[in-house]
Amino acid sequence: MDDNKMLEELLEKQAAGELKAKMRYEIPAQDMPVQDGTVRRSNVSEVALGYTELQARLEAMRCLQCKTAPCMKGCPVKIRIRDFVSAIADGDYGKSLAIIKENSLLPAVCGRVCPQEVQCQETCTVGLKFKDVEKSVSIGRLERFVADWGRGEGGVPQVAPETGKKVAVVGAGPGGIVVAADIRRAGHDVTLFEAFHKPGGVLVYGIPEFRLPKAIVAEEIEVLDKMGVKIVCNFIVGRTRTIEELMAEDGFDAVYVGVGAGLPSFMGIDGEQLVGVYSANEYLTRANLMKAYDFGKGADTPIAMSKKVAVLGGGNVAMDSARTAVRLGAEKVYLVYRRSEIEMPARVEEVHHAKEEGVEFCTLQNPKRIIGTEDGMVKSLECLKYELGEPDDSGRRRPIPIEGSEFILDVDTVIVAIGNGANPLIGQTTPGLELNKWGNIIVDDKCKTSLDGVYAGGDIVLGAATVILAMGQGRIAAAAINEFLAE
Amino acid sequence: MQHKILCKEQLSENVFRIEVEAALIARARKPGQFVIVGVADEYSERIPLTIAGAHPDKGTIELIFQRVGKSTAEMADMNEGDSLGYIVGPLGQPTHVAKVGTVVCVGGGIGNAPLLPIATAMKEAGNKIISIIGARDKGLIILEKEFAAISDELIVVTDDGSYGRKGLVTEPLAEICESVKPDLAIVIGPTIMMKFCCKTTEPFGVHTLVSLNTIMVDGTGMCGGCRVEVGGETKFVCVDGPEFDGHKVDFDQMMRRLGAYKVQEQKALEEYKHKCRFGLKNNE
Ligand SMILES: Cc1cc2nc3c(=O)[nH]c(=O)nc-3n(C[C@H](O)[C@H](O)[C@H](O)COP(=O)(O)OP(=O)(O)OC[C@H]3O[C@@H](n4cnc5c(N)ncnc54)[C@H](O)[C@@H]3O)c2cc1C
Ligand code: SF4
Ligand code: FES
Repeated sequence: MDDNKMLEELLEKQAAGELKAKMRYEIPAQDMPVQDGTVRRSNVSEVALGYTELQARLEAMRCLQCKTAPCMKGCPVKIRIRDFVSAIADGDYGKSLAIIKENSLLPAVCGRVCPQEVQCQETCTVGLKFKDVEKSVSIGRLERFVADWGRGEGGVPQVAPETGKKVAVVGAGPGGIVVAADIRRAGHDVTLFEAFHKPGGVLVYGIPEFRLPKAIVAEEIEVLDKMGVKIVCNFIVGRTRTIEELMAEDGFDAVYVGVGAGLPSFMGIDGEQLVGVYSANEYLTRANLMKAYDFGKGADTPIAMSKKVAVLGGGNVAMDSARTAVRLGAEKVYLVYRRSEIEMPARVEEVHHAKEEGVEFCTLQNPKRIIGTEDGMVKSLECLKYELGEPDDSGRRRPIPIEGSEFILDVDTVIVAIGNGANPLIGQTTPGLELNKWGNIIVDDKCKTSLDGVYAGGDIVLGAATVILAMGQGRIAAAAINEFLAE
Repeated sequence: MQHKILCKEQLSENVFRIEVEAALIARARKPGQFVIVGVADEYSERIPLTIAGAHPDKGTIELIFQRVGKSTAEMADMNEGDSLGYIVGPLGQPTHVAKVGTVVCVGGGIGNAPLLPIATAMKEAGNKIISIIGARDKGLIILEKEFAAISDELIVVTDDGSYGRKGLVTEPLAEICESVKPDLAIVIGPTIMMKFCCKTTEPFGVHTLVSLNTIMVDGTGMCGGCRVEVGGETKFVCVDGPEFDGHKVDFDQMMRRLGAYKVQEQKALEEYKHKCRFGLKNNE
């Protein structure tokens, strides 16, 4: 049967109150249209193309409209998922978007980058019924669909009359963007300070264009601008001005710190100082923010012209690095990960896309040392094979090295994607700000720090987390700041 | 924020000094700190440059740079009244300025620029300052007058003997270590020079600070591109430095890392020169 017809019949049945759960289960799960795997190896355009309207409505029809909406419990910001999905099924996209925006200010971003399979889609009844999370209602794709439908039409949120109170938001990542919007809406004067020459945080320097088009981030920033948020780039709080100076001398009544993660971790193995060894942060920043893929064609920031690359790690950052290396022309890209594929923290979609693009997965292997040429360039990577033992504290089976299993991977570039420490700058320059032993800022349940008027959230508090968690904390902090300023 | 160039001066064949607007940085900066400059826009490379001086009253800072690659060539082609794309800073840990006694300050080539504000601050803190400044030849000696003004003793050396004493800075440095037994040495210059100065002071047990100029991207501790090995530990120059105990720095590794993009940099510079020659620069 043709899909249009199928939708029509389903809608008729639904209107007549005759649409049974069984019929909903029979609707085929809609696949995401994607750019061809070979073609996209040589471009940086977005890989996932987005549902068509018909696909979105069919996918939305798969939702059972559960009374308890278990999906919502899996959502860190408690979006009314059942209701926005049902509005899509009805073809009322405006209503659907409005429902999402009650809780999430960046749906076009979250619809693309949230790890839905361990959040809302993990608890979705449909997925549970099929015992396969991939069969859950594709909540993320639906979120993206309505967000894209509403792109450029959202208008500018209403801003309350000026209160005369001033707030500094430090760091223009997803957390900072949300805080700036929520506080500005309450009529406070907001300045968003960003260290880089461009706002967006990880959304612009880390997550690549092929996964999150930068135009989307730019639109969100533009909305802030139209709301009257002052955006000041090239301003490093702690260096250009300290938090103390902002509050005592520059008249800021409150500060939100959302400076994200910093200090990339290295393996601590031999050879990490060789030319050709990058932290994923550096590699991705060069490629994304600094546009190194256009080196010599307008952009001035170089990046290694790699032929064979090894990426160390198994998270989203590792996938992004590997897939970026493919696009920069590497002939062979290995992803070296200590555990097995099921344990990989990366989103399944990214793993799947990376494989399609030819990234070679070397699981249960761990690097031992990086071997260099005489003049200090990366020549190869010595790895050790592992097997899985008993589960460890995290519940994942512990990888155990197999004695004598060393082997050599021939590579010229090594990208280390094993996580970050905390950004040390704010801690070093803000007396009285309490940090935990890893250097993350300590906050209470309203995201307030040990200093009055100073709030924090996102990766600088949580360690490397997710966009949605940074956003969620941002909303909590913004509400608390608005309350604090109303006193 | 505007970063208009108010004053430009050529100090030697390839070395320029500019005074540029950057009010907040002028106010906040301390000796030893640096900035990151994007010459034009988001396509520009981010290049770290030490702050050679600041005028908080005028809201300006001084930058001294050497024309080596495309970005610095572009900067050298800018004139008074032109504006730099962006300047961010001040970055890095300021020099720990204290009275220690006698300080020997060794500057090589362009290294004199970052050295001067540090030497000046050390002088103001009540130290005796012996400065050794060196370059390949006479034309490349910069800031001699300024060093003369703040030094108790100034020794100028050139490789070819065209000015001052003939030889390398390590020679007078060794003599001073022997005779004066300075309490501190501060050495800033080409990596190879810093390496050999540290080798010179080490046997005398003279504590030696160096200021490292690695490749950088963000300058906030996020990327790790600026990392060096100091005493067997990985340090990030932009947040842990730029000054380190020179006796612990692995200079050989640092030199290799500095050369990581040699090929690309050379190509970019050639292309830029080519465009300038054909007057294409402004209508790409
Ligand atoms: C490559 C990569 C891929 C990822 N993929 C995903 C994904 O698919 N899904 C997901 O949910 N999460 C993903 N994450 C994690 C997610 O991006 C972060 O959790 C999230 O961006 C954190 O937001 P934030 O607001 O805390 O800070 P950030 O996004 O880190 O932004 C902080 C900003 O503060 C600025 N800053 C730092 N110091 C200062 C200072 N002193 N003064 C002024 N400004 C300062 C920084 O320049 C930066 O712009 C990924 C991360 C990376 C690196
Ligand atoms: S759990 Fe799944 S089926 Fe139930 S309401 Fe949520 S999205 Fe729909
Ligand atoms: S320049 Fe990026 S961490 Fe130092």
